Amino acid sequence: MAKLPDNAILRRRRRELAAGGAVLLALAVLPLPIADVYTQNLIIMALLFAGLAQAWNILGGYCGQISLGHALYFGIGGYVSTLLFLRAGLPPSLGMFAGGLAAGAAALLVGWPCFRLSGHYYAIATLVVAQIAYLLALNWDFIGGATGLYVPFHAESWGDLAFRTTKRPFHYIALAFAAAAWFAGYLIEGSRWGYAWRAMRDDPVAARSLAVRLLPSKMAAASISGGLAGIGGAIFAQYVGYIDPDSVMSLQLSILIALPAVIGGVGTLWGPLLGAAVQVPISEVSRSWLGGAGRGSDLMIYGALIVTVALLRPAGLASLLRPARRPPPAAEARNANAA
Amino acid sequence: MTPVLLLQVMALGLLTGLVYALVAAGLSLIFGLMDVVNFAHGQFLMLAMYAAFAVHAASGVGVALELPLVVLLLFVLGVATYRGLIARALGVATNRGMVQIFVTFGLGIFLTGAAQFVFGGDFRSIGDGMLANRSLILHGLHLPLAQVAAAVVCLLAFAALALISRTEFGRALAATREDREAVALIGIDRNRIFALGWGLGCAAVGVAGVMLVQFYYVSPNVGADFALIAYVTVALGGFGSLLGALVAGILIGEVEALTALLLEPSLKQVGMFAIYLAVLMLRPRGLFGRL
Repeated sequence: MAKLPDNAILRRRRRELAAGGAVLLALAVLPLPIADVYTQNLIIMALLFAGLAQAWNILGGYCGQISLGHALYFGIGGYVSTLLFLRAGLPPSLGMFAGGLAAGAAALLVGWPCFRLSGHYYAIATLVVAQIAYLLALNWDFIGGATGLYVPFHAESWGDLAFRTTKRPFHYIALAFAAAAWFAGYLIEGSRWGYAWRAMRDDPVAARSLAVRLLPSKMAAASISGGLAGIGGAIFAQYVGYIDPDSVMSLQLSILIALPAVIGGVGTLWGPLLGAAVQVPISEVSRSWLGGAGRGSDLMIYGALIVTVALLRPAGLASLLRPARRPPPAAEARNANAA
Repeated sequence: MTPVLLLQVMALGLLTGLVYALVAAGLSLIFGLMDVVNFAHGQFLMLAMYAAFAVHAASGVGVALELPLVVLLLFVLGVATYRGLIARALGVATNRGMVQIFVTFGLGIFLTGAAQFVFGGDFRSIGDGMLANRSLILHGLHLPLAQVAAAVVCLLAFAALALISRTEFGRALAATREDREAVALIGIDRNRIFALGWGLGCAAVGVAGVMLVQFYYVSPNVGADFALIAYVTVALGGFGSLLGALVAGILIGEVEALTALLLEPSLKQVGMFAIYLAVLMLRPRGLFGRL
């Protein structure tokens, strides 16, 4: 990375924070004029997936560990929060943090064997581990098996995170989640950890020679990432009111969690939000316009979009926002020599 | 549990395992050649199954016609995938590893949608083929003819792959695998080798798909299950090893059959996944993998 004077970095950080505040404010007033339930749902899902993708981005983007099994943490969060509510009466406003803790712990448990692998091997291992958990969940009657669980409803309240007559509270819950995930990404970008993780991602050997400890770094990223995804799962369970292994632990969901970050820009602060703002409406609208289940044209559009963005914009849509950075002086000198 | 039942289950496990092995071999060949995992592998298998189904519905001739047509189609598809997508994905400036993963993933999603668009979401199978509903009875074991045929054809395909690796082309494959820069110096076109490698890997999946649809249903989502089994098989056998794919495929077939017998059918995949995890902990490069 080119060496910038310290105050330039600080100025950029302050600009990012101001932009974040402005976007948060805009998203907070956005739902006020919107009465249409379909659009409300679209925005809520986009915010939820922006947060989830940012959670994925912390491990996949900054730390470079491409997980194809984040539905596992999402599912654990949803199940733990719902089961605590159902069996122990713990209100989901607290239960979602229990879900997040459980999911973070699970991420550590999965990471310990899987982080010995790298690249594709790691990606496949996460995919298989999540699939094992999915199969076990399907066959485990205590957590509802394949039939799933209904979230009990007592009364509309913030304590229970339960609202049946209006979607608006969920807008703010999803917004708070997305904002928290964004802020986690912001803190990580500027912290010692963030620099260590990115160094490790770009060159593990060099990072190690600079005393970056690889396994603990990956474990830290995994627990933060998994924990956030778990909280997202708990929010989803409250929003939908029903969970089963297919809706919260499937392979498709793992991909949906990773995709906004990929489309928007892996390892960037704004990529996941940008990607979710593009991906969620496209998938929802194409599904409802093109006739839904059985037709398949929505999947074709979706798949083609992923391929196109990955090939044409490997750095994601966020790279459109910022003009191409000047190559570092060394590269310029090399180019000059070559010319 | 009688010994005959155990033998019966193990025989079926062996027959299934040989199909798994060939699916895994296609994946492993491509990976070994160029370090790219094809996350659309299961969808290629699904496509081969649908293609065989369509040829069967149109002609009714049977496997003898389905096999060459579908294998050719998959070969062309593999070459086209390499030329159109993978070669580009290898050439991007940033995030190369991630681009490879998501380009093939996106292709898989596209193919699933295309299958749903053309064939609908129904489960289909070749119920009236000449192999259907007949069994071979051997020392008291009932072996469905379609599965026996599938196992035999898959073994033959393995033999063909082994023979190909001894030809001039096979040696060029091996050389490219060893050092993709150096082969250019002795006049081997790397791109051509990679494209043919993709063609060959997909053709192997084509063979497996044609034989599979003779006794197994096909739906747009059937690929995901088989792809998962293929990843586990390849990881167990060692990425890039043909022999590893064969041994691991049979092992996975047996483990699956025995898990279904000893636990319950809905948990039949848990046993193979447990073995995968054990390999992950004890021998990350797999049984026959190179480092």
